[in-house]
Amino acid sequence: MSLGQRVSSDHQLARLLQIGVVLEEVVESRAAHHLETLPPSEQAAVDEAVRELLTEAAEESAEHRERLEALIDDLDAETVAYEEINALVDAQYGPPEDTDGVLYDQLANEETAYKFYDDLIDAIEASDAEYAIDRDRLLETLYDIREEEKEGVEEVTEIMEHRA
Amino acid sequence: MNTADQYLKAIYLAQRIEEGPASTGTLADLLEVSPASVNEMIGKLEERELVEHEKYKGASLTDEGIERAHNALQTYCIIERFLANVLEVEEFRDEARALESVIDDTVADRLDTIIDRPAECPDCFDAEQDYCEHLEVGPDGCAD
Repeated sequence: MSLGQRVSSDHQLARLLQIGVVLEEVVESRAAHHLETLPPSEQAAVDEAVRELLTEAAEESAEHRERLEALIDDLDAETVAYEEINALVDAQYGPPEDTDGVLYDQLANEETAYKFYDDLIDAIEASDAEYAIDRDRLLETLYDIREEEKEGVEEVTEIMEHRA
Repeated sequence: MNTADQYLKAIYLAQRIEEGPASTGTLADLLEVSPASVNEMIGKLEERELVEHEKYKGASLTDEGIERAHNALQTYCIIERFLANVLEVEEFRDEARALESVIDDTVADRLDTIIDRPAECPDCFDAEQDYCEHLEVGPDGCAD
């Protein structure tokens, strides 16, 4: 058991970045599933702002994934293909009942991703380990992604408040 | 998972292994820390009414402590199962131990949406073997 948040090796760092990629893939896949699986009556009710939010969330996740994959490549590790995660999401997926359910799920996606990057950044900053990739580049990438996740939380919250 | 939750989980597992209060020595072994550190944290958990400590016997979780430990163990099970089945990590037990302090329960909940976990989780966690009894593991102790 390891007490205290600290990323102490390239291996551990690569594994955490892999988990980040999977989280992004889950966001991307669930956003796509939400749009596809809502009943027709609900699909009509999904207004343009929500549709745009889900499309943008999927695109942003794909972009985050690519940035994380570039770091993972430089650590000589591999990632799980999107198709594999999409199949796992598909196997366990229970569609939200309505648009509010979709928005709550999207909020959970964004909040979870923010928390993950925030903890990861803390754990990297708490360690004085030297990684095979440049520490500044690593942290700058993670700061950028964390900031975008924070904006994502704000966007979903705004839409939810607007609908209330 | 924060340090307090890791301690609660360790006490929960030690109580199962020892079929009674968790001794300081067992907790120190499980957590890979000194007995002095264990005693210090037990004192803090006692103040928060999550643990009861009896001199010369050991620590026992209160009802609230059991609930927190149960949730922490479930988070740990998700991490192990995710590593074994999604990332196909052979040494998933060692890696889960190394990662648990960095993975928050909200993150584990999201990972849980893509894994297939038994309904009785985390009661099927084998405290002695340190993994779920339903997880398929090869003779070398690694995930198949």
